[in-house]
Order: sequence, then structure tokens, then C-alpha cells
Amino acid sequence: MTPHILTRSLDRAAATFILIVAALGILIPLSNLLLPQGSMFQVPTYLVALWGKYVCYAILALSIDLIWGYCGILSLGHGAFFALGGYAMGMYLMRQIGSRGVYGNPLLPDFMVFLNYPKLPWYWHGFDMFWFAALMVLLAPGLLAFCFGWLAFRSRVTGVYLSIITQAMTYALLLAFFRNDFGFGGNNGLTDFKDILGFNVQAEGTRCALFLLSCLALIIAFVICRAVVSSKLGKVLIAVRDAESRTRFLGYRVETYKLFVFTLSACMAGVAGALYVPQVGIINPSEFAPGNSIEAVIWVAVGGRGTLIGAALGAVVVNYAKTYFTSGPLAPYWLFMLGAMFILVTLLLPKGIIGTFNSWRDKQRSAAIEADKESAAREDGIGEPNPAE
Amino acid sequence: MFANCIDRFRALFLSILLLSCFVLPAMAGPFEDSVAKFANDEFSDTEDAVGEIASSGNPLASPIISALQDGRLSADPDSKKVFITQPDGKIIDAATGAAVDKLPDNAAAVRLNNRLRRTVDAAVGGLTLMSSDPAKRLSAAQSVLKSHEESMLPTVDSALAKETNKSTRQALAEGRAAIILFKSDASDSDKLDAVAVIKARGDQEALALLTSLDAGQPPLVAKAAASAISSIQSNLALWSTVQNAWYGLSLGSVLLLAAIGLAITFGVMGVINMAHGEMVMLGAYTTFAVQEVIRTSYPGLFDYSLLIALPLAFLVAGGIGVLIERSIIRFLYGRPLETLLATWGLSLVLQQAVRTLFGPTNREVGNPSWMSGAFEVGQITITYNRLWIFCFTLAVFAILLAMLRYTALGLEMRAVTQNRRMAASMGIATSRVDALTFGLGSGIAGIAGVALSQIDNVSPNLGQSYIIDSFMVVVFGGVGNLWGTLVGAFTLGIANKFLEPVAGAVLGKIAILVLIILFIQKRPRGLFALKGRAVEA
Repeated sequence: MTPHILTRSLDRAAATFILIVAALGILIPLSNLLLPQGSMFQVPTYLVALWGKYVCYAILALSIDLIWGYCGILSLGHGAFFALGGYAMGMYLMRQIGSRGVYGNPLLPDFMVFLNYPKLPWYWHGFDMFWFAALMVLLAPGLLAFCFGWLAFRSRVTGVYLSIITQAMTYALLLAFFRNDFGFGGNNGLTDFKDILGFNVQAEGTRCALFLLSCLALIIAFVICRAVVSSKLGKVLIAVRDAESRTRFLGYRVETYKLFVFTLSACMAGVAGALYVPQVGIINPSEFAPGNSIEAVIWVAVGGRGTLIGAALGAVVVNYAKTYFTSGPLAPYWLFMLGAMFILVTLLLPKGIIGTFNSWRDKQRSAAIEADKESAAREDGIGEPNPAE
Repeated sequence: MFANCIDRFRALFLSILLLSCFVLPAMAGPFEDSVAKFANDEFSDTEDAVGEIASSGNPLASPIISALQDGRLSADPDSKKVFITQPDGKIIDAATGAAVDKLPDNAAAVRLNNRLRRTVDAAVGGLTLMSSDPAKRLSAAQSVLKSHEESMLPTVDSALAKETNKSTRQALAEGRAAIILFKSDASDSDKLDAVAVIKARGDQEALALLTSLDAGQPPLVAKAAASAISSIQSNLALWSTVQNAWYGLSLGSVLLLAAIGLAITFGVMGVINMAHGEMVMLGAYTTFAVQEVIRTSYPGLFDYSLLIALPLAFLVAGGIGVLIERSIIRFLYGRPLETLLATWGLSLVLQQAVRTLFGPTNREVGNPSWMSGAFEVGQITITYNRLWIFCFTLAVFAILLAMLRYTALGLEMRAVTQNRRMAASMGIATSRVDALTFGLGSGIAGIAGVALSQIDNVSPNLGQSYIIDSFMVVVFGGVGNLWGTLVGAFTLGIANKFLEPVAGAVLGKIAILVLIILFIQKRPRGLFALKGRAVEA
């Protein structure tokens, strides 16, 4: 059964995407580690970490595209799942510091000593084991998404209302994580990491390995998304996106489908966050800021909603632009550009880069291959449903 | 001219002469004796001296006591003369005020112990009780209540006899009661009276006073004090409820003001305007600009600055709103999620534009005189700016309601809200209504900015701090009609302020957010939801 889904879900574009990501995942670390420093083709370590960050963002974008592009759920709070995964990983990394912290307490992380915690809070237990932390990376965002989605979808909160309450969710978490007595380091968050699985997080080898792992995670996430959207389940999701009431009247349990894909997407976002934290070296409450989640949505819109590849591409392109512009003399104008991107993409490029490219190519080749036709049909159905018709 | 000058000098001279004839001889004897007591180097004599000097009414009394307080008073035990070293280093004779070249060799600073220091502090308080400045007298009288120093009693009594100002009399009477309450040898009936006076005061301070009363009181007094404590406590609890309610109403009015424009655009057009907060910000910056112009060119008009800013802010924000609708939003109808993203982008652009124009820091927007200050009702303090904003919000709400009900545009707006297609078929130019609605919503956000500039920091981030709260209000209240927004805003405001003392400000806010998320499950379209076919459109 599984190979069948895989072969069906991987068309040529998808295969190309996977190959490119895999090549990057192998070549960049190799060039960093093997070529001599200063060589033209050697990728400096800071760039490895930076691109590792982009890859994590790409996974987050994929998770958003899965629910927004294929199921019409616009979550403005996906940054919360990302940050929760990040915090789970951050807690593991904090426990790994052990007695090497500033205060040298073998059990309590520095900020707890500083804030006079008498003992480790109960929810910090177990995070000294990697398998437990890894489980929590999936469980914490997954459970939150499941509970939230179960409440929201069952009572048929849809459209902008859902967007607003997801925003409220991440805002509430932002406020909560800012509190010192919440037990997650308050304003400063978790930082000053030393080891991951016994390897120094700062070391070049570890960074390269993390980059490779991120690329691998991106590929796996992509394959899972492809598998979901090209299965029969994916067809139902698209039906929900285009005409939710009609799908319900046809006898599908809309909320179950939505809940499944929402939870899956949250878990993916959590993994992205968990890979992000050791590469960036810090996780703090500002990751919960509603602005971050909305920005992640625009990556998807830029790349092409409902194309998966476009989402990943959009995340990398927008973030590359952000790094490029905010570090140059144009820094004060970056927000103008980002804002203009929001406006122009929604007005002029509603299908995003990949979507526009796809429909242009399809127009060029009037006699399309069977698979292309299928994807084109999907792209055309993006517009909002109009039940009045 | 010259003659005039001489006349003046003569008059001055005469009056000084007269004054010295009158005052100095009358005071010379006893006052000088009292001052001389400092030279005995005995704590009891010093205490007597302080008491006598404080009640003497001599103009030198105040310098002497304050010099004693600061350790600048020195006495020569041989000549029994006392000297003040003034803060600027000059030395004067304490008894006469005459300047002295230098201190005698064996002069030593007058010593104080802790008990004496209290007496001296009380004496300083007592001296201000006699001050000619009513405000100083009042604050001195109020400090008596806090210190309830027994030695102050005669001073307080004499001050009470002379005092004509009503509120100062009241404060003095309360201070006197506090002293009697803590006086060990006061009679039971006096103490009972004192308890009654303190009880009538009924605030936190009175409560603290009564609870700090030691256990060794006569049973009758102790009983009266206990009943006074419980009555004050229940009184205070009532007032704190009233205060929370007022704070809640005030917060609710701010929320309403920020959300009402959003409710209109969302209700009529189904458009989520994420740049709404930036319209509020533009209104606030308009106020700032108006005040800048007034400060530099027409300082006399400052009290009217808000009245001038109101229509301007409405025009600026409303004009930009119409512009946004015509250039961006009208291309996105039927795609609410895309509208949300585009307007979010717009909000980033507007914020950055304001940051570039006015700088990233907070801008100073002043309160006109009629908006600053506060008054007290019972145990709560109401600031004028909060009160005005409350009234202003209600006025805006009423005007908007009337506009929707009685004007042609209002009728058209309601028609489009209920059924866009039907309205269009009946000949309503829906696109014109959309543009005007968006302009109206933005304009109201602009005048909200004028009001909020009075209580909040005017910075490029002003709008962001309101946008999520405004959405909560609209989502909670429902988009069916404006009453939903009113009820939503005041419910959230009051709930927030009643949760705050229990859970703390941040947890209270989180609790509200969680409650709204849960509430939305129950009523996905808010309190006052539109019903019928319009819902799905």
C-alpha cells in the first residue's frame, strides 16, 4: 500500500524538489567540512546555520500550506506550534547543560536558580532524556492542536473567525511564556546551550549534521504532505476547502478530516521548531508573537499556496531577502518591502510564484501530460467557495 | 521719580520699625528663656524648649526647629547662647536672629536622642499646621493622622480652634482622634468618640490605624474598634467593587472606541482590516501634529487642541481608509483571508512610514487643562481623562447608531449588510457604500486615536496593542449589530478588571483570551449573530 501511495504522489516536480534538497543537504555540509577554509567553494559555518534556519522555516511553511492550501484553514497561530516544539527541544538542551551553568547547579537550569525555584517543576522531568524530549516535540504541539481543533472544528468555527482565534491562542501563549513563574525562563527564554546528544552544539560537525537532519526532515515532511494530498483523503480535504457545507452534506465528517490534517500540520511545525532551536541557539517567547505566524503565512502565499514546493521555496526566498535587506543599508525599508509583498502578492500573484509558473506552463503546453492536468485542475480550484451559487 | 522712591523707602522703614516695636519686645522674655534651655545639655530641657518654641509663633521658631532637626543648632553652655548655622554657612543668634561672626570655641551641637527626634518631627509638623498656606496646613493636618504623635495634641487643639478651612478642620479632627486613640491616659468616652471619627473616615488608612491599636484597650473601646474595623472592611470591599467596575467601564470604553470602527467594516463588508490599529495610530499622530502647530504658533488654543484634532483625525484616517478601499480592498472582495493578509502588509507599511516620518520613539501628546486632574467619589479617584473618554465613547456610539438608523447612507449600509445582492438589485451602489463604510470605519478609528493619545503612548506600535483586543471584542460581540460590540467591549473590560486583582494582570488577560476561545465554540458567530442566509455569504 505504502509504495503505491508514494509512487503515485511523487511526480517529476516533486522528485526534482527532493533531489535538490537532498543534494543541498549533502553538498553544503561536505563543502563546509572538507574544503579548506577560505576556498571559493567552502561554505562558512555561519552560512550553514543560516541555511539550516531557512530549511526549518521551509518545514513550517509546508505545514501551513498543508492546511491552508489544501484545506482552507488559515491558521495565524502556527508559530505557536513551532515555538512549542522549539521549547521542548530547548528544555532538553537546558537539562544537558548540567552543572556547567553559571550557577553550577547540577539539576536546575540557571534561570531557575536565579528565580529561586526550590526544585525542578514537574513538567521539566524527563527532558534529560532525548527520546522523551523528541516525543514531546511531537506531542506538545500535536495535543494543543488536537484540543484546539477539536473544539473549533466541531462547533464549525471557520474562515476569519478561526484565523482570529488562532491568533488569540498564540497571543495568549506569548503572554504566558513571558511570565517568569511559568517556568520556561520568562523573557529571556532558554539559551546558552552546550551539548546535543553529547556533541557540542557550536561545533562545525554538529552544525553540519543538524543541517543535514533539517534537509532530511524537510524531505520527509514533503513526502508526507504529498502522500496526504494525493490520497483520497487529500481529495476530501480539497473538497472541504472549496465547498465545506456541500462536502458535509455528501456525508463526509468534515471536522474529522480537518482535525487530522490540523494536528498533523502542528506536529510538523513542532519538528521544525525543534530543529530550529539548536541551530539558532535560543528560544524565547517572541517566537509566539502573532506577527511571526502571519509572516510565515506570507511565505506560503509568495511561493504559491497549495503547491507544497512553492511553500518551501517561498520560505527560503522571503527569508533570504529578509537577511539580505535587513543586514544592508536598506534595513529601514525592509518593513516597506515586506508590507508591499503582502499586498502585491495577494493582489497580483494570488497563486504565488510556483502556481503562476504552473498555469503559465500549462497554457504553453495545450496538450498536457496526464499528471500535469491533474495538478492544474487542483490549482484552478483555489478561489474562495461561493455557496450562493 | 526720585521723590517717589524716597517715599517708598520711608514707608518701608516705618513699617519695619513698627513691626519690631510690636513683636520683639512682646516675645523677648519667654522666647529667649526657652531658647536658652538648649544650652543646658539636658534632653528633658531640650524637649521643653522644643515644645515652647513650637507654640511661640515667633518667626525664628521654624529655623530653630529645622536647624535642630539637621544638627545645625549649637549652644554655648557658658554664655547660654544658642546659634544657628544656616545651610549657606552663615551663623545667627537663635534668640535674636542677629548675625554672628563665628561660633564660640566651646559651643557644641545640641544633642538629640530618638525620642526627642520624634518630638522634633512632630514640632515641624505643628509649625506647618500654623502655616499661612492652606495647602501646607492641609497636608500637615493629614500627616498628624499618620504619625499620631501624642506631643502634638496641644498644637492640634490650638490649630483646630483657629482653622477655618473645612477640609483642613476635618483632617485635624481626624488627626486629633488618632492621637487620642493612642493616648494611654485618655478617657473611655473620648476614645469611643475617637473611634467613631476614625470609623467615619472609613478608608485604608483608618483601617490600618484601628488594626494597629494595641491589645491593652478597655473592653468597651476594643469592642467599638473591632466593630469599626469590620464595618470599614465591608465598606472598603464595596468601594473596591465599585472601583473595579469603574476601571472596567473605562477599559470597556477604550475597547469599544477601538473596536467600533472594526465592527462596522467587518459587519458590512465582511472585511478583516488588520490595518485598523494603524488608523487609530494615525489619529493619535494627527493629534500630535495639531498640538505641535498649536504649541509653536497659537499657544493660547492649547485647550482646544483635541477639538481641532477630532475632525482632522477623522478626515485623515477616513481619507486614507477610502484610498485603501479603492486601491486594494475592492479587488479582494469575496476573499476574506487574502484581505486579511493584504491589510496586515498595509499595517506594516503604515507603521514603518510613521516611524520614518516621526521617529521610532514615543511622542508627547499633552492633556488639555480640562482633561487633567482627578476628583474623588467616596473612596475612589476618578481621573478626568478617563471620564471624558467614557463620555466621548458613548457619544460616538450614539451618533453612529443614529447615523445607521436615520440617514440614507445608514439605511444603505444596513441593506448591504443584510443582503448584498438584493441591495444591489434594488439600485444601491454597493461599491460606493463599501468605500464610504470603510472610510467611516477608518475615520472612527482616527477619532479613537485622538482619545487614546490622552491615555496611551503615542508611538508607531500604538495600533498593534489594540488590534487583538479589538478583534476579540468584535468576535465576542458578533457582527450582527453595534449593540453586540457595546456589550462585548464592556463585558470584556469589566471581566478583565475583576479578574486582574484575583489573577494578576497578565494571567487575567490570558484567562480572558481562553474564555473567548471557549465562548466562540459555543457561539461561533458571537453574542449578537446575524441569522438567516446572510450568515454564509
